[in-house]
Amino acid sequence: MAGGGRRKRRRLHLSRIYSYTCGKSSFQQDHSNIGGPGFSRVVYCNEPDSPAAERRNYAGNYVRSTKYTVASFFPKSLFEQFRRVANFYFLVTGFLSLTDLSPYGAVSALLPLALVITVTMVKDGIEDWHRKQQDIEVNKRKVKVHDGDGIFRQDEWRNLRVGDVVRVEKDEFFPADLLLLSSSYEDSICYVETMNLDGETNLKVKQGLDATSSLLNEDSDFREFRGVVRCEDPNVNLYMFVGSLELGEERFPLSIQQILLRDSKLRNTEYVYGAVVFTGHDTKVIQNSTDPPSKRSRIERKMDKIIYLMFGLIVLMSFVGSIIFGVETRQDKLKNGRTERWYLKPDDATVFFDPERAPKAAIYHFVTAVMLYGYFIPISLYVSIEMVKVLQSVFINRDIHMYYEETDKPAQARTSNLNEELGMVDTILSDKTGTLTCNSMEFIKCSIAGTAYGRGITEVERAMAVRSGGSPLVDEDLDVDVDKSGPKVKGFNFEDERVMNGNWVRQPQAAVLQKFFRLLAVCHTAIPETDEETGNVSYEAESPDEAAFVVAARELGFEFFNRTQNEISFRELDLVTRENVERVYKLLNVLEFNSSRKRMSVIVRDDDGRLLLLSKGADNVMFERLAKNGRQFEAKTQEHVNQYADAGLRTLILAYREVDENEYIEFNKSFNEAKSSVSEDREALIDDITDKMERDLILLGATAVEDKLQNGVPECIDKLAQAGIKIWVLTGDKMETAINIGLFSSRFASSLLRQEMKQIIINLETPHIKSLEKSGIKDEIELAYRESVVKQIEEGRALLDASGASSEAFALIIDGKSLTYALEEEIKKTFLDLATGCASVICCRSSPKQKALVTRLVKSGTGKTTLAIGDGANDVGMLQEADIGVGISGVEGMQAVMSSDIAIAQFRYLERLLLVHGHWCYSRISSMICYFFYKNITFGVTIFLYEAYTSFSAQPAYNDWFLSLFNVFFSSLPVIALGVFDQDVSARFCYKFPLLYQEGVQNILFSWKRIIGWMFNGLISALAIFFLCKESLKHQLFDPNGKTAGWEVLGGTMYTCIVWVVNLQMALSISYFTWVQHIVIWGSIALWYIFLMIYGAMSPSFSTDAYMVFLEALAPAPSYWLTTLFVMIFALIPYFIYKSVQMRFFPVYHQMIQWIRYEGHSNDPEFVEMVRQRSIRPTTVGYTARRAASVRREDRFYDQIHKDLVAF
Amino acid sequence: MSSNTASSSAGSGDSSAARKNSKRPKYSKFTQQELPACKPILTPGWVISTFLIVSVIFIPLGVISLFASQDVVEIVDRYDNDCIPAPARTNKVAFIQGAAPKSCNRTLTVTKRMKQPIYVYYQLENFYQNHRRYVKSRSDSQLRSPKFENQISACKPEDDAGGKPIVPCGLIAWSLFNDTYTLSRNNTPLAVNKKGIAWKSDKEHKFGNKVFPKNFQKGNLTGGATLNPDIPLSEQEDLIVWMRTAALPTFRKLYGKIETDLENGDTIQVTLQNNYNTYSFSGKKKLVLSTTSWLGGKNDFLGIAYLTVGGICFFLALAFTIMYLVKPRRLGDPSYLSWNRNPGGGR
Repeated sequence: MAGGGRRKRRRLHLSRIYSYTCGKSSFQQDHSNIGGPGFSRVVYCNEPDSPAAERRNYAGNYVRSTKYTVASFFPKSLFEQFRRVANFYFLVTGFLSLTDLSPYGAVSALLPLALVITVTMVKDGIEDWHRKQQDIEVNKRKVKVHDGDGIFRQDEWRNLRVGDVVRVEKDEFFPADLLLLSSSYEDSICYVETMNLDGETNLKVKQGLDATSSLLNEDSDFREFRGVVRCEDPNVNLYMFVGSLELGEERFPLSIQQILLRDSKLRNTEYVYGAVVFTGHDTKVIQNSTDPPSKRSRIERKMDKIIYLMFGLIVLMSFVGSIIFGVETRQDKLKNGRTERWYLKPDDATVFFDPERAPKAAIYHFVTAVMLYGYFIPISLYVSIEMVKVLQSVFINRDIHMYYEETDKPAQARTSNLNEELGMVDTILSDKTGTLTCNSMEFIKCSIAGTAYGRGITEVERAMAVRSGGSPLVDEDLDVDVDKSGPKVKGFNFEDERVMNGNWVRQPQAAVLQKFFRLLAVCHTAIPETDEETGNVSYEAESPDEAAFVVAARELGFEFFNRTQNEISFRELDLVTRENVERVYKLLNVLEFNSSRKRMSVIVRDDDGRLLLLSKGADNVMFERLAKNGRQFEAKTQEHVNQYADAGLRTLILAYREVDENEYIEFNKSFNEAKSSVSEDREALIDDITDKMERDLILLGATAVEDKLQNGVPECIDKLAQAGIKIWVLTGDKMETAINIGLFSSRFASSLLRQEMKQIIINLETPHIKSLEKSGIKDEIELAYRESVVKQIEEGRALLDASGASSEAFALIIDGKSLTYALEEEIKKTFLDLATGCASVICCRSSPKQKALVTRLVKSGTGKTTLAIGDGANDVGMLQEADIGVGISGVEGMQAVMSSDIAIAQFRYLERLLLVHGHWCYSRISSMICYFFYKNITFGVTIFLYEAYTSFSAQPAYNDWFLSLFNVFFSSLPVIALGVFDQDVSARFCYKFPLLYQEGVQNILFSWKRIIGWMFNGLISALAIFFLCKESLKHQLFDPNGKTAGWEVLGGTMYTCIVWVVNLQMALSISYFTWVQHIVIWGSIALWYIFLMIYGAMSPSFSTDAYMVFLEALAPAPSYWLTTLFVMIFALIPYFIYKSVQMRFFPVYHQMIQWIRYEGHSNDPEFVEMVRQRSIRPTTVGYTARRAASVRREDRFYDQIHKDLVAF
Repeated sequence: MSSNTASSSAGSGDSSAARKNSKRPKYSKFTQQELPACKPILTPGWVISTFLIVSVIFIPLGVISLFASQDVVEIVDRYDNDCIPAPARTNKVAFIQGAAPKSCNRTLTVTKRMKQPIYVYYQLENFYQNHRRYVKSRSDSQLRSPKFENQISACKPEDDAGGKPIVPCGLIAWSLFNDTYTLSRNNTPLAVNKKGIAWKSDKEHKFGNKVFPKNFQKGNLTGGATLNPDIPLSEQEDLIVWMRTAALPTFRKLYGKIETDLENGDTIQVTLQNNYNTYSFSGKKKLVLSTTSWLGGKNDFLGIAYLTVGGICFFLALAFTIMYLVKPRRLGDPSYLSWNRNPGGGR
């Protein structure tokens, strides 16, 4: 082990300067449960091999995210396949085709089925293989494990067992849930980044027990170490842990403070020792992730219904047919020594045709007929859709417009099941940090002594500028990179020559500026790290905001470079000597930030010996704490703060005061007393004391930090809002932080929230509840919580109802705790009503599980398609719960991506993903399915009609091979081409007319009306084909040589007509004709003739009744060609008339756009803008809404559009 | 648009080329879904001209089809009822199954000159030759080659007689039509050529010239005609025609050809043997003499259908023209988009 590990690196007792976070845990009520049900886990630390531990037999640390194992692949994936009704039906049909019941040969039934199943299984297998690769990577990561005798060796993660002691080094991930035993710090503090768990990037402090940290400082100390942990069973709660540690005779309580969770990362600490408590699937992070559900799209589920409908039809037809068959068979009975249809020899028939057993024969016939009519259900439907979806995914993956240059990441559709669902999204549930924002704070502006500094332009400002000044046409090239202006410091985007490079000294208020920057350099809890080679200082801060402040101070010449237990050192420019001098401030107290205080302060003694209270906080709490003589710049500052908030910045007010020695001594005494008190109102006591201290402040100014939105986020959200998609934000952020720093008034001013929106805030911060909390009666508190939440929800609804038709927009903001109650069974309906009535919904401080629950609520409550988007492991539950999970493949962990359905690199790509790919996939798949059923009904009905003319004896109209190849060869390629290539409207127009997206949300292209319409069209085609063919071949004298037409000639003619009609129908209904379409459509028709010739030329033992049928009988007969021509034109006329009228006089939205394109108005910006504006439904979010706030007449509009859309 | 994207990607292509193993998708019109395409929409011009073209093609086709059909001369004579002696008509089945002589004379008059070849057909009605049990009851391999004589499993119940396989087996062969016609014109015999009535492919490939009828109609019940056991199946053209099952319950089958012209006013005497039992299932029997045109036999349906649809299309073209004129619209004018149809809010 490295020598550095043996010596404590920095003898810091950081725990002493914190007042709240490192509070000792004590035995609380919960601890009495240990050993009881739910708290049965016993971990023998450092002796995983002991018999006692082995008896427990806890699971290993191997983690598996694949759907199948090698052994389970076949049965499980087959099961998956046959869960689909149609496949199951064809399986049954396949088995039955081996019996005498079958109307056709077994091969022609089984071959297509086998083909279909194999293709799907191969696809599934490949997808799972990729997951397997990722699992292997994770399970093979290395960690140092105690191997006995104080020796640690490298081992793979998967080999860890409960009770193992591991040593985790800086910047490594924890391999399992660990009990922190000791760290490189003396007081066994360590810093943990929980990005993957809750999405928060700030470092969390964990602290081991004194009892262990004093014992265990280096590897060799573990030789004799033994301990027993008794604790809770594996559960999902990330913020709770109940357990105790027994060392010898002593028992110590354990809390979450001592637990290091898997998938979080050790930061800023050289090493820690930990004992494995939960492994593998028992760890909290994996407990939090639900099993990857096999998602199926809404369309597919509806398709199942269509299949049920078809199945119902089949049964009905078979039933009718069987009755007629039964009756006709019965009439063949032997009467007076003779039979009706003697040529069938009914007196010597098998049971299938025996008139004596007619009912039985009818029942058998029923089964046979069900098999025969199987052609109503397209067997190749699923496999074609799968193939199409895979190709669609390839298009998504290859889309150059969704490729992110900086991280070199293209979009990645991980499952192809949900492509069309992308076109139907009604609600987007978005994570905030890292998804909407870059997750980096940038110091961008400040206001000091009433003067505003900083020339940077915020994201929001730019968006507004582009919007109002720029071209009304939306820039199609989304890859606009704006911030490419020179080298940049992370967290610092401040530009102002008046204060940069030391110029601040020439400002009139230089003294105030100096104080301001000093405050930035001193008032924080960040820890500096000096790179020994370059001398550059970097910082580890609890929050990115704080890091941004110290960085800003450094860049402005106040470089904070060292922190000891009670000193803060920084360099600054001396006003007199104009040289850099080091200053050391004694750090006396830290009054930390917390949610109720909304401010943080430090008390320091500067190098002149003065006592200073430096404070920063939210504007509302700070302004009321200013001294009378400290309000010099208040008005100006307030004005600036409002401006900043409007520009979407987080603001903080900075103020200070000098503290009198005596006052301080008194304060310090009571503060220390309060800190060490163990009474329950300890925190309230501290609050009181600090509150008295933080008064009479002198205002210095305000800072503005931008939580930088990702590129193009406002534009994207605006477009999505125009498309009528609702956006909810579920964030792990603290509500207080959020409200405090201005999230709600300004952060999303650009997009989700507007200043004039009415906010409905639901939280549990009422005074009544606070006082109850102090009383500490658990049940009563619970009750009060619930009551309060219900009350607030109902108030919100009342407010909403009261506003009624007025266009006032509401925003709902709810915190995690309230959410727990709002999501309870009885309340959630009301909550959902309230939430759907609001224009935007923001849930704060929500745990991963809650995010998932909210998602489920929206999904099941509204019945609409939900899309969840997020980037961290904390979003995994939500991604899996939503209909579609989109992962942001950002810089941080891969968890979100691994559990997502589609991964993109930036939020803004969502626009293209939904509006273009989503819309296309949706319209393609829905047309495709409609068409599938159309062609199969056309085919199936002719079979049925023909069977009716064979006295329902289940004689098919066509040769076996014609039957089985119809779905595979002669009609499937054009449908696949439709599914892959068709574009009702080009990408450019998808952007131009976002409302087009509503076609998917309202499911207009796959409504029952359209489906039934297509089926009806199929019926018309079938009737035309059958009766026209039958009539024109009446008497069978079809040939100039006097030959008559037999069964095979009628079948061949009808089949030719069907091939022509369904393919021409396709040509008529697609709107995008590339060479591919030409090839497949005309190719399919040609293929039929070629097949007919080749098959007909084969030996008659193989081709049976199709032998030479084309060359000898059909082709030389002019009547065959005339019939084909007539039938195919006639069968298409009804559709053509319908389409002509509808296209011209009742166009659907995409057809309107087609007209616009056709008319060439698309290049007339004024015209398009006019149409587009008119098409926008009133958006209550997005800056379009903001600009159009004055134009309030769109309500009517929206209704009208809605009606039009639905009316189709 | 496509040119835009192409150039922009080409521009940035350089930088990505520098980066090794870049995952940047390669640009191609195919993957970017920007293939050149024609995007047809149904404009008034297209609609009207489509209907016009259809009617322009269909009406002449209808006319020539109708003429072709009109050229055909067809004589149909239903004889199933008349060929039963009046006293036996109460129980026709008993008569047909009985041993009484079945000979019957019919006289046909030629009303229009018929050019040779004149085809002689028999037409059966309500006879389900397409019944599944019937269709399946044959053995193709047995018909083709003597090697497969024993492949009779599909032929049940007409598969063997006394343990020996029947050739040709199955219900179809067993129920072979056995009415015969002898024709004479004005009392001079009229030759009916029974050669060349079957499809060539059937004769050459499906019915073997080494396969001779065996045990045929030797079962306990005789169905239809018997076959001469000395003539190979490939020469038994009546059988071959019969074995090609009809598609529908009403069908005609070729009986023979008359290779002399028949003049207007000729009377044809037919002496027929009324053997075949269609009475038990009330099937009609008809004798048909017909010439053919290039389109086949007499069937006005196609011609009339073409004419009708051609006419309808013409009217549709007119109707659409009028509709487009009555409701003219500057295409794309937003005030005509559906949601603005009631400007000022009709609600």
